[in-house]
Amino acid sequence: MRSKPRDTQSASLGLRAAALFALLFLHIPLALILLYTLTVEETAFTFPLPGVTTKWFPETWSRFVGECAPPIVSSVLSEECRTDLWNALTLSLTVATIATAIALVLGTLTALAVSGSKFFGRETISFLVVLPIALPGIVTGIALRSTLGLLDIPFSFWTIVIGHATFCIVTVYNNVIARLRRTSGSLIEASMDLGANTFQTFRHVVLPNVATALLAGGMLAFALSFDEVIVTAFTAGQQNTLPIWIFSQLVRPRDRPVTNVVAVFVIAITTIPILLAHRLTSRDQL
Amino acid sequence: MATTSSTRPGLLRRLSTFLFLHPTLSLILLLAPPLLWLGVIYLGSLFALLVQSFFRLDDFSGKIVRDFSLTNYLQLTSRANIDIIARTAGMATAVTLACGLIAFPLAYYIARYAAPRAKGFLYLAVLLPLWSSYLVRVYSWKLILAKEGIISWVVEKLGLTPALDAILQTPIIGGPSLSFSMLGMFFVFVYIWLPYMILPIQAALERIPKSLIEAAGDLGARPGETFRTVILPLAFPGVVAGSIFTFSLTLGDYIIPSIIGNSSFLIGAVVLAHQGTSGNVPLAAAFTVVPMIIMGVYLSIAKRLGAFDAL
Repeated sequence: MRSKPRDTQSASLGLRAAALFALLFLHIPLALILLYTLTVEETAFTFPLPGVTTKWFPETWSRFVGECAPPIVSSVLSEECRTDLWNALTLSLTVATIATAIALVLGTLTALAVSGSKFFGRETISFLVVLPIALPGIVTGIALRSTLGLLDIPFSFWTIVIGHATFCIVTVYNNVIARLRRTSGSLIEASMDLGANTFQTFRHVVLPNVATALLAGGMLAFALSFDEVIVTAFTAGQQNTLPIWIFSQLVRPRDRPVTNVVAVFVIAITTIPILLAHRLTSRDQL
Repeated sequence: MATTSSTRPGLLRRLSTFLFLHPTLSLILLLAPPLLWLGVIYLGSLFALLVQSFFRLDDFSGKIVRDFSLTNYLQLTSRANIDIIARTAGMATAVTLACGLIAFPLAYYIARYAAPRAKGFLYLAVLLPLWSSYLVRVYSWKLILAKEGIISWVVEKLGLTPALDAILQTPIIGGPSLSFSMLGMFFVFVYIWLPYMILPIQAALERIPKSLIEAAGDLGARPGETFRTVILPLAFPGVVAGSIFTFSLTLGDYIIPSIIGNSSFLIGAVVLAHQGTSGNVPLAAAFTVVPMIIMGVYLSIAKRLGAFDAL
């Protein structure tokens, strides 16, 4: 042990081992799902796998498009071709898209207001934005559900969207406000001094500055919404989003191999936007 | 044509000037849509929930009686319900402690030792599971904990099967197999909420100035002492910030208890059962008030410990 400052030394063996443990703990389970998509078993999760097959991928595909495979276009167009999985997927995608759009508008407005000026209750507003994800999801879920019940509003596509948009605002807000903090106020002042009005300044100075943060926030919101199940279970009536379909499979397993493949698909769909979002905002975190 | 093109920007400009001169008004305009959404829809629903918790379910007709009563809250104090609340809070505490223990070394490594490239990679490795695939990540443990699954296999290879069986026969934490037990639930909770603990701790550690650690060394502190007296106290708000998430999320989760373990065990699952199968929304509402109160107390303590600066 030389008496160099700690940071220039490499980490002790114990620390490395503990850090590696945490890292493996976080990632081995997901790798296992990937592995299990190849198992030949239909009713159990035996490890090591009793045999390996790739048949579940085409099998899942046919569950998606039903009788109408392979021309995907016809399955989009004709009503009778829509399988439960197909409907769940399209519902999840539409809900996520619209909830993201709403969150983008509301999150940006909040971020602009909070960063632009100091006012009474500013802290309260950032608190209010975080609250839907800080409070247990079941609270948000049952609160929305009981309100829908009180007001006699039937469950619909829009009740799902309302729930999702509410907890998605925070991702957009966080990204935009981090970017606005980094953006120097003198840029906006300069734009105004040069004769641009508020709207021109927003269009030509603020918006280009926050564009990637907006995109990143939007993608996080999309990922968050796409696999949300806790709130959705309370605000969806008979409709199934993809996560609700998976959830029902977990409670009463019927198609384990198909569920494995769908699970991997969900991982992919949520991972890609998060990776992109990270690339777009990596400088904000420094 | 010429007049319209000259008045339109003129109008915009006047509006712009007007807004500039009335910052309060522009603030209100900016805040109105989000505040209406969050204030009316979200806080409104929370309030409605609170109100419903004072309604009661008529035992005979099975209908909800809309007048003020404390029936539900009295029901909460029954022996069985107190048990459920205590068990949930106990689980949340255990999960939070375990998350803290597992998260700290990784956060510490990322913040203080990892080279820039590795740091970016590790940060992402923690961030990804935080944002993505909650349900799929729960599902993965169904595979792991299954009787024929990987844990049983490893335990068997190590010759520890009798030990595992003995643990599963322990009254509270055990069950027919790991995938139907409190112990299994505990693993899954720790796994799912771990990233929420790592990131705030890492952020808190990043904020400790290097000079402070060097100063401690210069003043004669050994590495262990520096860690205990400088690093740990400064990282503590980060731990508290992370614990807000792990604690709160565990309190309110109902997916994990209903997939792993007996579903009548924790608050979340009980709420789901009351509002779903038995249709007793008022009692379910009263039950959700419990985690809200616990979190309220928790947040006010956390605030005093400086956790909000670490978020």
